[in-house]
Amino acid sequence: MTTFAEARRRSDRTTVYLLLLPALLPVLVLSVVPLLRGIYLGFTDARAGRDVDTSFTGIENYRELAGDDLFWSAFRIGLVWAFGVTILQFVLALGLALLLDQPLRGRGFARVMALVPWAMPPVIVGIMWRLVYHPDAGLLNEVLYRTGAEGLRHNWLGDFNTALPAVILVGVWAGMPQTTIVLLAGLQGVPRELHEAAAVDGASAWQRFRSVTIPNLMPVIIAITSLDFIWNFNSFGLVYVLTAGGPGGRTMLPMLFAYEEAFRYGNYGYAAALGNVMVVIIVALLALYLRRRLREANA
Amino acid sequence: MKASRTTKALQYGALAVYMVFLGFPLVWMLSTSFKPPREMVEIHPTLVPHNPTLDNYVEAFTEQELGRAALNSLQVSLATAVLTVLVALPAAYALARFKTRLGTVALGWVLLSQLFPFVLLVIPLFLILRQVDLVNTHAGLVLVYVVWALPFALWMLQGFVRNIPRELEEAAAVDGATRLQTLRRVVAPLLAPGVVATSLFAFISAWNEFFFALVLLKSPDLATLPVTLARFVGVEGIARLGPLAAGSLLATIPSLLFFAFLQRRLTSGSLAGAVKG
Repeated sequence: MTTFAEARRRSDRTTVYLLLLPALLPVLVLSVVPLLRGIYLGFTDARAGRDVDTSFTGIENYRELAGDDLFWSAFRIGLVWAFGVTILQFVLALGLALLLDQPLRGRGFARVMALVPWAMPPVIVGIMWRLVYHPDAGLLNEVLYRTGAEGLRHNWLGDFNTALPAVILVGVWAGMPQTTIVLLAGLQGVPRELHEAAAVDGASAWQRFRSVTIPNLMPVIIAITSLDFIWNFNSFGLVYVLTAGGPGGRTMLPMLFAYEEAFRYGNYGYAAALGNVMVVIIVALLALYLRRRLREANA
Repeated sequence: MKASRTTKALQYGALAVYMVFLGFPLVWMLSTSFKPPREMVEIHPTLVPHNPTLDNYVEAFTEQELGRAALNSLQVSLATAVLTVLVALPAAYALARFKTRLGTVALGWVLLSQLFPFVLLVIPLFLILRQVDLVNTHAGLVLVYVVWALPFALWMLQGFVRNIPRELEEAAAVDGATRLQTLRRVVAPLLAPGVVATSLFAFISAWNEFFFALVLLKSPDLATLPVTLARFVGVEGIARLGPLAAGSLLATIPSLLFFAFLQRRLTSGSLAGAVKG
């Protein structure tokens, strides 16, 4: 017996590495290395094409970005989109999660329905909402007509003023399931006894919500809103299918802008620089957010 | 705690509003997919088609481009699923059974990589794949998908391995089974559900993916379903909305099945422990 155990222990290290290698190697070659190279590209003038010389240009790309109106516009739209979607997503998902946590009839069905947007590929979600927003054959305009609000009929995705709110609504729709599921799981982790004790002490439903539910849910809320914000800020496929950044650049998210720069105009270095700027902004915003939450928690 | 009658009514009302918001776009797409072209140009479209037809589905199926795209997607997704599991299985076993810091490092990498926008990743990937002549090939795309699905697949699988009692393996060893026999006769059967779930996950993530496929595949012959459908959107006339809706619905079926399969696990609150701070 001892020989088996000893031999086993001795060969453990080698075995572990042999077992891990097939997984680690591809991740290293096709994830870690490209990412580092991508960050580096942001400091070069790399362009598309096979035999183009690339040279290190330091902060030249960033100076150019600072003077690029299109970048600032994409950046502003990106922030409106990311904050808008994340906040609405959170509020609506919290409401839905609270409802699903109640002993209501039809709850099982509602829980399945709450997952549907998650089960759909982003491209299909985009196509589906184009059908809803379609100026002639669309559901939304028809509902407005039937309810007597004919005056509100609209080319939702084609109008300068409504395009961004319209795509934000789709973003909220598409991302609600993840947020709802996580919040629901968090709600189910809040001890029932706390609620009961507060009720015995005469706390109203709203008071219980504020002083029992929210504090207990806080770690989950911080985690999911942070993740949602990152995903939304980096989102691409949905808006690409809905508007491709139009009309007149009104929905040109940073990722769409970077995609155009890289694969339409071939400015790899410039696009990578934009990617770097986005990472820095996300990290800075997250740091601010987490620090404030932490301070609140300690107060 | 008893809720008053008005509270209950309000709750049901709110729930109904949510269901309409979540469900109606899908119902509308379903309705559009059964409408003949003539109804598409009516000034006031109806929810229930006057003359429902299956033509759109027939067209989506026989449309050469869509059929080919579906086959491409199937190929790429199957290859991704098989490769991901093959690569993840030994690593997941090692992570679950041996103490190693690599597990923590791997998880840290998964979280960190979320921060980086795809554009930072896709340009170098494009350059690397071009060096080895894998740009504009399914093989190159599959490699990218495997790497992309791997971290989560690893995490999923190692959880399944952990659930198999170590004593079972030790008992088999005591009975004189070799390591390989133990793995094949004891571990493999118990791990089967985990392997199914993981390969399904890898399959779906490849089936639904859009961005890498858009960038890495140039020829329309090779394009996957999401890319082809998105291309249809750009050039659709109003009469083409029907086949587009039908094709989109068909393309959603695999992930709907996957979610139906996982639904119980996702909503039963079994995730409560996983997200508790």
